[in-house]
Amino acid sequence: MHELSIALSIVDECANEALSRGSTRVISVYLKLGELSGVVEEALRFSFNLACEGTALEGSRLLIEQVPVTVYCPSCEAERVLPSIQVFRCPICETLTPEVVRGRELEITAIEIEESNAAGNNTAGELQEVAR
Amino acid sequence: MNTQPRLVEVRKNVLKQNDVLARGLRERFLQSAVYVISLVSSPGAGKTTLLERILSTLREQGLQVAALVGDLATENDAARLARARVPVKQITTGTVCHLDAEMVERALASWQLDEFDFLFIENVGNLVCPSSYDLGENLRLVLLSVTEGEDKPLKYPTIFNTADLALLTKVDLATAVEFDLDQARSNIESVRPGMQVLEVSAKTGAGLAELGNFLLSKLPNRAAVATF
Repeated sequence: MHELSIALSIVDECANEALSRGSTRVISVYLKLGELSGVVEEALRFSFNLACEGTALEGSRLLIEQVPVTVYCPSCEAERVLPSIQVFRCPICETLTPEVVRGRELEITAIEIEESNAAGNNTAGELQEVAR
Repeated sequence: MNTQPRLVEVRKNVLKQNDVLARGLRERFLQSAVYVISLVSSPGAGKTTLLERILSTLREQGLQVAALVGDLATENDAARLARARVPVKQITTGTVCHLDAEMVERALASWQLDEFDFLFIENVGNLVCPSSYDLGENLRLVLLSVTEGEDKPLKYPTIFNTADLALLTKVDLATAVEFDLDQARSNIESVRPGMQVLEVSAKTGAGLAELGNFLLSKLPNRAAVATF
């Protein structure tokens, strides 16, 4: 159960990221979670809610994109998604293949933050981005 | 005051801090010409017993070896390994179920790494959490004891997939517990195609010479050392 320490890292990282952009509230966190990351989604969700308490992420949503394992099949010379991580075999030609292309991700891809316009120090570019 | 939600791209690896530290450790190991092997397995698979044998055997060959050993609470493992009369340091993790690069770095602070040929890092007995943490090691050894059942690799594919060498341990008991060695090998091959598998027994010494030779082959200056 190392998900709590991972959740704490996520909260830290996102709070800092938000603060560096002048925001003290994170609304959502977008996370890529590879099937080979060694992290269990349910345990992470549970830990995340605990880790958020009393921080800029309190009440935030954790949006997880599960990333299946993609291997490179040397016989097909193509990338293939594995139906099961118990069998590292090309699903088409059945060649055993150890080469993992994707599926180890544990990555914060984006955060949604609450931004104050009252400060009046937004650049024109930032305002345009907010408007979009 | 007017507030607006705004989506910002982050793209940050959550374990980046660990990965950066691990990269630093790997660089340091390379510069000190020490080959670093970590051991992972479930609790009770025989990491400490096997390591005790390996440490003595390598020491008797005139090699300089040392070990770090991770455990939740006790220092029993370090005391056992110290019987091999090599430098041993315990990392007591408290409630943390795995070692990370920072713990390893802290434990190594007072050691002159260039004095060693091999450094072993025994992880906390756990087949799940250690898989996420790079320790900067050159080789990750995963142990599967014959008393555990052949399907462990299928139940914990991630840890087997991140390993570089698999050891089937306690093979002296294989017949008694009706362990199917071929099935175990085939399951390991399924989750980590191409990984070498050695059969060992710390009790009878079976397979230890083969393991020793495997490790010696990793030393940059191997011609200077006899094989087992």
